[in-house]
Amino acid sequence: MTMEAYRYEDGSISYPGHPIGPDGSEPVDTVDLSEYTAEVITWTTSTATPPGVREPNTLAIVEFDVDGEPVRAIGQATSDDIETGDEVEPVYVDELRTPGKGIREPDSQEWDGYRFEPV
Amino acid sequence: MERVAIIGSSMTQFGQRDAWIRELLAEAGGECLEDAAVDPTDVDHLYVSNMASGEFEGQTGVVNALAHDLGAIPAYTERVDQTSSSGGAGMYAAWRSVASGASDMTLLVGGEKMTHRTTAEATDVIASLTHPCEYKHGITLPSFAGLTARHYLERFDAPRESLGKVAAKNHKNGVDNPHAQFQKEVDLETILESPVVADPLRLYDFCPITDGSAALMFCPESVAAEYTDDYVVVSGIDGATDTHVVHERPDPTIMGGVVESGEGAFDMAGYEPEDIDVAELHDMFTILEFLQMEGLGFAEQGEAWKLVEEGYTDRDGELPINTSGGLKSKGHPLGASGVAQGVEIYEQLLGEAGPRQVEADVGLCCNVGGFGNCVITTIMEAGA
Repeated sequence: MTMEAYRYEDGSISYPGHPIGPDGSEPVDTVDLSEYTAEVITWTTSTATPPGVREPNTLAIVEFDVDGEPVRAIGQATSDDIETGDEVEPVYVDELRTPGKGIREPDSQEWDGYRFEPV
Repeated sequence: MERVAIIGSSMTQFGQRDAWIRELLAEAGGECLEDAAVDPTDVDHLYVSNMASGEFEGQTGVVNALAHDLGAIPAYTERVDQTSSSGGAGMYAAWRSVASGASDMTLLVGGEKMTHRTTAEATDVIASLTHPCEYKHGITLPSFAGLTARHYLERFDAPRESLGKVAAKNHKNGVDNPHAQFQKEVDLETILESPVVADPLRLYDFCPITDGSAALMFCPESVAAEYTDDYVVVSGIDGATDTHVVHERPDPTIMGGVVESGEGAFDMAGYEPEDIDVAELHDMFTILEFLQMEGLGFAEQGEAWKLVEEGYTDRDGELPINTSGGLKSKGHPLGASGVAQGVEIYEQLLGEAGPRQVEADVGLCCNVGGFGNCVITTIMEAGA
């Protein structure tokens, strides 16, 4: 499992990857963000969570610096002891949310991924 | 191109209703036909704005059902789904149908039936619009609001109380709206001490889950004169999108769809933000009122909270915002909300808003889908 982002022809990187990048070109490379640390841009603790989601659910938008190129990602945090500006690292979790509890078809997407843990 | 007029409106009681989606749509649709004095067989196009009747109720095909229930057969029918901006998108579809010459009489009915679901279930239906990378983390629309609100408050050094004042203002306005879900004032202390939903936002920063329906009747201005002397015209309308994945936007406090659709609507109407006398903004969350005020040019970036603090957006302020009570007080039946925004501006421009009436020649509504994923901005003014 990797936290795969796409790099596009203009050098920009997005997470998740898309068939077409911001410059209109196709992706040319991938980057595994799980090998990097990131800075918390903002966070929240959600107390009204949908079926199959832990409660409370602390979430963060973080920004990675991949060789000078900023890349943002969103995800669960491992703790609610988190502040804007904190350095975090991705930690693999095999099931972020219980498949089949919510409205989304379980086979339509993956359910594992990375939480952000303060370094 | 001939101008497009609106000659009738209606809105059901918003709140927890016994009626199901077909009944809600038929109630608003029938009342709008009556208000406009239009025979159902004269309706050329019938549009229904609805996000998720299949997911909420197991009832699809609602627009054909409505045509039958209203006696509007053989009108052309189309369902418009743009999540929370389905109502605004319906206004755009209705406007296009008339502006293109395809229809001389278009009825738009927006509606949603939600309250039979638990809050968790309804939240999940709405959150199903998110990208798989968001959905698997349990991200909801309220959590996007919490993330954005924290960023806004920290970055622009805005006080938490300013968001509470948006809720207090809109609840105060809703007291005079007989169709609103909540017709009661809520004081700032209660708002700021209500349970946390998505830190730093609390219960009163969020709109409720709601059943309801609203409708508008569109026709060419030349046809409007056959029915009434009191009508409004759509001066400008535009829709735009932003990224599906919310965190990919360069600036979390700028909704590109608001900016783009606003510029398009202002260009078409030939107006500037300072020409707007009254506005309905999509306050699904209090923070959204700030982001739309700034995206539409009513305030500089990071400054909208100051206008709210000054009372600039109060009913007796320079730019009254959400005189209807907004989604916050009126409620948010997803597909109905954009249409209900139009109903409020229609009534304000015709002087029919009763105790909510403000002095207004030009009004604007901004209907936001997803977390700014799709946006429709509409500018209206009194006709003739």
